[in-house]
Amino acid sequence: MGEAIVITSGKGGVGKTTTTANLGTALALLGKRVCLVDTDIGLRNLDVIMGLENRIIYDLVDVIEGRCTVQKALVKDKRFEDRLYLLPAAQTSDKSAVTPEQMKQLIDDLRQDYDYILIDCPAGIEQGYKNAVAGADEAIVVTTPDISAVRDADRIIGLLEKEEHMRRPRLIINRIRSHMLKNHDMLDIDEIVMHLSIDLLGIIVDDEHVIKASNNGEPIVLDPNSKASIAYRNIARRLLGESVPLMSLDDEEQKGFFSKIRKLFSAR
Amino acid sequence: MNRRQCEGIQKKCGEIFIEVKVVAGKEKRAYVSMKGTKEGLTLHLDDTCAYDELLKQVDELLMTTTRDEEGPLVAVHVHVGNRYLTREQEERLRDVIRMKKNLIVHSIVSNVMTKQEALEWKKKNEIVSVAKIVRSGQVLHIDGDLLLIGDVNPGGTVIATGNIFVLGALRGIAHAGYDGNRQAIIAASVMKPTQLRISDVMNRAPDYRTDEGNEMECAYIDEHDQIVVDRLQLLMHLRPHLTRLEGSF
Repeated sequence: MGEAIVITSGKGGVGKTTTTANLGTALALLGKRVCLVDTDIGLRNLDVIMGLENRIIYDLVDVIEGRCTVQKALVKDKRFEDRLYLLPAAQTSDKSAVTPEQMKQLIDDLRQDYDYILIDCPAGIEQGYKNAVAGADEAIVVTTPDISAVRDADRIIGLLEKEEHMRRPRLIINRIRSHMLKNHDMLDIDEIVMHLSIDLLGIIVDDEHVIKASNNGEPIVLDPNSKASIAYRNIARRLLGESVPLMSLDDEEQKGFFSKIRKLFSAR
Repeated sequence: MNRRQCEGIQKKCGEIFIEVKVVAGKEKRAYVSMKGTKEGLTLHLDDTCAYDELLKQVDELLMTTTRDEEGPLVAVHVHVGNRYLTREQEERLRDVIRMKKNLIVHSIVSNVMTKQEALEWKKKNEIVSVAKIVRSGQVLHIDGDLLLIGDVNPGGTVIATGNIFVLGALRGIAHAGYDGNRQAIIAASVMKPTQLRISDVMNRAPDYRTDEGNEMECAYIDEHDQIVVDRLQLLMHLRPHLTRLEGSF
């Protein structure tokens, strides 16, 4: 039985879709069978970022309304043989075309065939959010170190905690700029984690390559050298239960860490 | 009531206590006893007899003991013992007393209350503990005192009819004394609220960000009707009623 994870944030533009695409790809790289489900009906993006837009024939609403089977609507990612699939959202309907019960049924069907089902949630807390959350076992909340994103993440976590069928949500902090952190111009990671008081799943530095990769329809995870790529791969490994330490934000900080240890020893 | 009046009543009532037997045909038990005190008249009513009979006796007793002449008003305290009075019964009792000159009903005290009243009373005086984080958009509304084991995040609201104690950080809105209790206080381990409200008084955080100590603080309404935030330890002088411990330690 596969596990269904919804990726949500409350606020728009913090990187839900990018995170879904990259985590899915990273899990597929690790040999898991993954299905990505885009629930942002009317404003679909996940297919574009995955570079699969031109292969869509049927979509989620077609499946729900019985116009085709799930298997027919799924778009296979050729880069991963048989391990990565996408169920695209409809572009012509709106979010009220689907009910939470229908979504739950659909996700339960997909569970039979996949190890992980990643659900990309639309922004907001209305119908689209309720649909996305209905079938999930767990939620990953994505936020950025902005006060407004953290506020909305807090709101979403409050709503997620009321969902009794779900485990405790986990947090990803996206778009961290290390130089701003150093100058205390940005919310501190510890501060955010303490404020939201949920487990931190990973942090991702702000990386221009992500935008470039997304525009080319190739998730950044496929580039093994980028920092964001390593961060996403680490998160995927944590999802599988491995314990991977948080990435240090830059080399200088590492030096600082070592000098701290040295200080500790010299103090003895 | 002035002294002369008071003495007048006492004289009339015997020393301090008189029992009036109403005889109507055969001998009857007295259901009403009357006491004159400094605060006025106190009526003790029997709680086992029929209510109509009781009212009749009250009427007769007051008739025989009050004069019709003009004088200052006398307050009447009524103890009805283990009898529950409905609103209608209470009104009838008040009417009987009010009909007499110079008498006004000050209080009617009963040993019994309905379960509903008791529950409400219990709720109002209870400390309700909640282990939760009140997040943005959430409202926690409590009758009585709130003991929150957790934080109030910005955008979250806690409301209590009594006091609010936050063991974690208070960063959202707290409203104590919701139904008008101006003695209520708000205490928090970390006091960084967006807004504080006590009863009908409101106070908000300064527009600039401060990093100074906000630990172990309390908020209360001071003599200028303003909400002030100060050290927690001052509460023992400001609000001694917060100590519910009987006796001393």
